[in-house]
Amino acid sequence: MNLSAIGKQRYILDLALSSMARRKGKNIALVMVYTFTLFMLASVVFSVDSLKQEAALTLQDTPEITVQRQVAGRQDLIPLTYAESISRIKGVQSVEPRLWGYYYDAFSGANYTLMANTSLSDRTGDMVIGAGVARRNDIGKTNRKLGKNDIIPFITADGAVLPLTVKGLFPPASELVTADLVLMPETDFRKIFTIHKDQATDLVVKAGNGKDPVMIAGEISRIHPDTRSILRQDILQTYQAVFDWRGGMIVMLLAGILFPFVILAWDKATGLNAEEKREIGILKAVGWETSDILLMKFWEGAAISLAAFFMGVLLAYGHIFLASSILFESVLQGWSVLYPHFRLTPYVNGYQVAALFFLTVIPYTVVTVVPSWRSATIDPDSVMRI
Amino acid sequence: MIRLDNIRKVFNPGKPNEFVAIDGVNLTIDAHGATALKGPSGSGKTTLLSILACMAQPTSGGITVQDREISSLSGQSLTGIRRKTFGVIFQQFHLIKGITSLENVMIPAYPLGEKFSTLQKRAMDLLDLLNLAGKAYSKVEWLSGGEAQRTAIARALINNPAIIIADEPTAHLDTRLSLEFMEIMRQLKKDGKTIIIASHDPIVSESGAIDRVVEMRDGRIVEPGGVA
Repeated sequence: MNLSAIGKQRYILDLALSSMARRKGKNIALVMVYTFTLFMLASVVFSVDSLKQEAALTLQDTPEITVQRQVAGRQDLIPLTYAESISRIKGVQSVEPRLWGYYYDAFSGANYTLMANTSLSDRTGDMVIGAGVARRNDIGKTNRKLGKNDIIPFITADGAVLPLTVKGLFPPASELVTADLVLMPETDFRKIFTIHKDQATDLVVKAGNGKDPVMIAGEISRIHPDTRSILRQDILQTYQAVFDWRGGMIVMLLAGILFPFVILAWDKATGLNAEEKREIGILKAVGWETSDILLMKFWEGAAISLAAFFMGVLLAYGHIFLASSILFESVLQGWSVLYPHFRLTPYVNGYQVAALFFLTVIPYTVVTVVPSWRSATIDPDSVMRI
Repeated sequence: MIRLDNIRKVFNPGKPNEFVAIDGVNLTIDAHGATALKGPSGSGKTTLLSILACMAQPTSGGITVQDREISSLSGQSLTGIRRKTFGVIFQQFHLIKGITSLENVMIPAYPLGEKFSTLQKRAMDLLDLLNLAGKAYSKVEWLSGGEAQRTAIARALINNPAIIIADEPTAHLDTRLSLEFMEIMRQLKKDGKTIIIASHDPIVSESGAIDRVVEMRDGRIVEPGGVA
């Protein structure tokens, strides 16, 4: 590109910006509507991507295979004898029984996830709770959270009261997965649910290095046909599908709200008023080529859509990663009573941002050029007759 | 020199509202002179000016501008000729509102991409020549009628065209400003420009700056020298 071509681009860009400045009201309205639309869409994209990423990171530490016993199509307690037979399968490195379950706390009106933990086995009467549990037990509505040495009374399955003392709280960073969690010693867990010592909720199986979990799961099903093996990969895919589904739901809900805005923006962007048509006629009459006018209109459309794109994406980034996704929090996180308060780890999928760019900026820019092209192809002498 | 050979311009051909605006005009305009096209409204003056200035193409006939036949050229080629050869002054001035007088003057040269300082100096020189340097940075909507027209004249001159075309330039000016305008045209003719003005204002046709008056009626030339 030679110097005069660069100079021409600069002049045309200058006039495009000055033309936009002359129609401040229309252009500010367009940028605002467009920014809002992009903000909403980018917020959904960032939320879903980040939650999927968060889920993937969290699941890295989960068991490769979880074995559950099924009775009449529902999960039932699994005998510990199953662990012995599974541990003999070739490729299995270890088998650990787990005890966990859901507990409805009538005082707080919330469901907790109770889990036995081996590190607490010699600390009967103690427990570690998630931040959601701590918040939910503020019965007196004094904004006081449960802390160390506070007591939660659990009602056991046979009607007795078992008070447990808070000895620790999970850090806020883990709240996505620990909000409703209560860790306790195995003996207390068995008391609350009256589970026999020869039974567990499920078994977690670790495959040896290089061993195929799918093959091992197949062998477990062959030995114990009444069991179901859940692979980590399956859980991850389920999480991703759930977050995609929730993201899709938000987009569907937003579509109804955003549609009128988009129509308004479309109408504003694609309609040339009499003054704009007159200006195009003048430019043609004084020697501008159709391509020069289209270039000017291209810069106008590009300036609006790029400004809106960057503002929308930056606002969405702030909304999701700095303001904890306040607009979509409840929809994306789930239906639990104990909504976790957490800050998502910033994760931006470049492919998704590029897709957003190509699905918004490019069509908008093209759409704004089309009516100008119609006006720019008229005979320049039309301006002589205005 | 400009030569028109049997030019016809028909609007909406073949339709019920077909209208013959120019009907077989033959005309030769010499270089470095001033020609006035005179005639009542609807006589075809503006249409003929549009064709002369390469802003519209005739339905039939030939046009030669500076020894070059242009009637068969593409729109893009005509734009290039229009930009380099013609400077047009419109009846309504047609300045772009919201920008300064100086910017309006510079606009026709933007697509040429020349250095900003060079272009700005040339535009300022033209405004100075037309006693408008003091209004260079005023937005055009704040200019008086005479100032707006002088801005339009400066804009027509920015690419140093050989031919100046003006359509009813005095229609919105009082007598003093009309005489002032004709004085500027006289000066431009003296500088070697070819001037073509369409007007039914006697101040134009009777001005000493005009060398030849071509009278039009119903799309035809009725001047003794022009053949209908």
